[in-house]
Amino acid sequence: MGFQPVKFYQTGTFTVGNRLLTPDERSLQSDEGRSNSINSGHRACQGCGEALGARYAIDAAVAGSGGQLIAANATGCLEVFSTPYPESSWQLPWIHSLFGNTAAVATGIAAAMKVKGKTDIRVVAQGGDGGTTDIGFGCLSGMFERNDDVLYICYDNQGYMNTGVQRSSATPPAARTATTMTVGSAPGNVFGQGKNVPEIAMAHGIPYVATATVADLRDLEYKVRKAMTLHGARYIHIFVPCPLGWGTASNDTIRMARLAKESGTFPVFEAEYGEVTGVLKIRHQLPVEDYLRPQKRFAHLFGEHPHTETIARLQLMADRNIRKYGLLNVNNATSDDAIFDARPPLLNPLPEGEEVKERPREFHITGREN
Amino acid sequence: MFQIRVHGRGGQGVVTAAEMLSVAAFEEGRHAQAFPSFGSERTGAPVVAFCRISDKEIRSREPVIQPDAVIIQDATLLHQIDVFAGLKPGGFVLLNSQRNLHELGLAELLNGRRPERFCTLPATELSLKHVGRPIPNVSLLAGFAALSGTIKLASVILAINEKFKGKVAQDNIAAAEEAYLLVGQMMKEFTDAQTD
Amino acid sequence: MLKQIEGSKAVAEAIGLCRPEVICAYPISPQTHIVEALGEMVKSGALTPCEFINVESEFAAMSVAIGASAAGARAYTATASQGLLFMAEAVYNASGLGLPIVMTVANRAIGAPINIWNDHSDSLSQRDSGWMQLFAETNQEAVDLHIQAFRLAEELSMPIMVCMDGFILTHAFERVDMPAQQQVDAYLPPFEPRQVLDPAEPVSIGAMVGPEAFMEVRYLAHAKQMQALERIPQLAAEFKQQFGRDSGGLVRSYCIEDADTVIIAMGSILGTIKDTVDEMRAQGHKIGVLGIISYRPFPLEQVRAALGNCRRFLVLEKSLAVGMGGIVATDVRMAVTGAGLKGFTAIAGLGGRPILKSSLHALFRKAQLEDLPPVTFLDLDWEVVNKQLARERTTRRSGPVAENILYDKGIVSAKFG
Repeated sequence: MGFQPVKFYQTGTFTVGNRLLTPDERSLQSDEGRSNSINSGHRACQGCGEALGARYAIDAAVAGSGGQLIAANATGCLEVFSTPYPESSWQLPWIHSLFGNTAAVATGIAAAMKVKGKTDIRVVAQGGDGGTTDIGFGCLSGMFERNDDVLYICYDNQGYMNTGVQRSSATPPAARTATTMTVGSAPGNVFGQGKNVPEIAMAHGIPYVATATVADLRDLEYKVRKAMTLHGARYIHIFVPCPLGWGTASNDTIRMARLAKESGTFPVFEAEYGEVTGVLKIRHQLPVEDYLRPQKRFAHLFGEHPHTETIARLQLMADRNIRKYGLLNVNNATSDDAIFDARPPLLNPLPEGEEVKERPREFHITGREN
Repeated sequence: MFQIRVHGRGGQGVVTAAEMLSVAAFEEGRHAQAFPSFGSERTGAPVVAFCRISDKEIRSREPVIQPDAVIIQDATLLHQIDVFAGLKPGGFVLLNSQRNLHELGLAELLNGRRPERFCTLPATELSLKHVGRPIPNVSLLAGFAALSGTIKLASVILAINEKFKGKVAQDNIAAAEEAYLLVGQMMKEFTDAQTD
Repeated sequence: MLKQIEGSKAVAEAIGLCRPEVICAYPISPQTHIVEALGEMVKSGALTPCEFINVESEFAAMSVAIGASAAGARAYTATASQGLLFMAEAVYNASGLGLPIVMTVANRAIGAPINIWNDHSDSLSQRDSGWMQLFAETNQEAVDLHIQAFRLAEELSMPIMVCMDGFILTHAFERVDMPAQQQVDAYLPPFEPRQVLDPAEPVSIGAMVGPEAFMEVRYLAHAKQMQALERIPQLAAEFKQQFGRDSGGLVRSYCIEDADTVIIAMGSILGTIKDTVDEMRAQGHKIGVLGIISYRPFPLEQVRAALGNCRRFLVLEKSLAVGMGGIVATDVRMAVTGAGLKGFTAIAGLGGRPILKSSLHALFRKAQLEDLPPVTFLDLDWEVVNKQLARERTTRRSGPVAENILYDKGIVSAKFG
């Protein structure tokens, strides 16, 4: 694939910082030779979490496929901001068909590659939460059930953002959207059952399911690279804050994602064939309230008459995640070592002597409060 | 053009009967069309299938309203459906039953019709005997060949071999052969009785 | 090779000969036998290389075909009725993207009320989707049209529906001359896409097009169908050379030269119409038939020319533009604007209601005498209709219409003709 080399000013500090690491430990984004699959010039909002996540994910997928990747994209923010007529940001073969059929389109592409014997060309499907958890759910499940050789990436910003911030099945309880208004006795989104698509993906028993977040971009790269070493149906669910839709500052996107992770609201884990094989531990647990406060979509929970009960319920949900996935260390210790020790053993461990070289080391960020 | 209507219930191979009849005619170098008039699958529901045989291309697709022959695979339909509707005056009737028309109380059907063209045949019993399954269609086809002379037994056997393989085909052929003999015998007895 | 075979099986064999690379379909009556037969061919290794995918809905079926076709594979699917509607968004998407997918539509009525029998409402509901639509008169033509369809679709980069009457053709056993593989290979070369997802030459397919360019893109789709008007007869002529028979084309006329009354129709009903016309001709009536094979693109010129010498025409169609009259009739009228012809529409056979020769005799006679209202519903049971209308006039809670009518008509299973 003839990619334009990335200019130094684009990789900048990453390249500089990463030069202290061994080559196999460096992030892909720090490499000027990265594919730059989604080129600059697209029309995403300032601070768009999805643009950030997609850049990391797709470059990693391209690297993981040796430059032989085809992408299918659902209707949504990513599709719209990346292909404003008459331009396209994509430097890889890319197709946008409909809102709800991306998984099926990807299945078709994979079938075509198979029938033509082009086994080295890989397929990735991507969509937002709307196109994945709602309208695209049927096709997604079908693709999982058939174990088609597709990596599906969901960029979850918890709402139909492109059409004006409407509620999706991924919208958290109590959140304000254009269709879950902050009026009446139960303002914001209802407390429903929720739709845990990563768990549903795991229930299909597919080879690999992972959640990732733009708060840990190295982990995101690792997971995509790992997924590309596998074949069959794979699913990665990436937490991507939307400053516009959530009412957060555009320079706070990664911080929001970190707050979601550290409060237990968004558990970060990976699973193989339906069983959890690894989690990213919470480093400094924070109350859910710390995560909710900076977001205007939760502003109605605070103020003169705070909705303490609602906040408590949201805290309970986070606590349940922490319990369920083991997001805190056994002694609530927060050392780096403890993060690795407490990981449950891999179901399919590598042979003796081999290590997953890809796994980046966690860095302890000093100074800043999260 | 010769038009046949086959009546039966879902699961008795009514549609297959019409199809095999058309294949038999095809093997004799004739044009044939067979099609069903049924709905979604359901065993036990009344089913009708049609077959047209001609020496020219068959273009019409309407249901067979005035059959030259009616094959009834299930005698219980006689009380439910007017299976003889539109039957041409010289039409053939082959009914799957161990009893004859008089025993069935259908003697008046013979009024104004040619009695040597009406016949009953214990097709289900023949099928059970040879094939081990109560599917009367193959026996009735062979019986029809004997009754009407419209198709040859050899063609019916070709159709059987196309549809079935191995022992199942052999067993069906055995049923067909016995059915053919039986009907032939009944025809002979009838003619003999006439001439007496 | 001559075979006595079920229509669906014949079509499946024909598709197999066209070397499809990706087949994906969802079961729906009455198309199931086609896809089952193809599935078996793939699984047994008889049809290879080919991927057969069991999808979870018709929407998925068309979407998988879109992905496969965009990636350069010859893609095929089949559906009917509700399934076609369920994939409607993807149907428009496929033609908008210019992907040469071939789809068999086993024409079936659209509910509610649910009905599995034949009429043309399904494919006609998609008449403006940009897909080409060819209607087969016989199972032989269904076989032949599929072969021509792949060639036509891939040449123009436009998807195509081959329509065949559900049950009436799909489930009919009749004689078919099945072509040989070499014949088909000589007629249909391997698929060479105009656009393809290929890492070696990346392109973005399916981007948004704004007001600045949308009209031009749509005009180009229209232009492609105009091209098809020329190519269809040419491909049919080439087919005749290769395979030795008349199949396809835009229209087919029968006894039309000196006809004062012309009956216009599509699909298998043409056979019954021709038999009726033969009988009427024997009685001295000057009546002819015009069969429309290419419904989209609609052959306006050819229809106009065919009706050039007659005084009147009757469009007999298995479709209804609710609140207006005929669908095909409207297109025919557009073709003969200003020609001063008297035209009648007869809606017949909806939901699989058998069309009897005897009814056609009476209808055609009336058409000749111009003793028909502009729109007629053939063999309508007015007693039942009036009963229901009276019921609705007298009671607010009149109940579901369909159930009332079924109740009035008695046990459905007792009827067959």
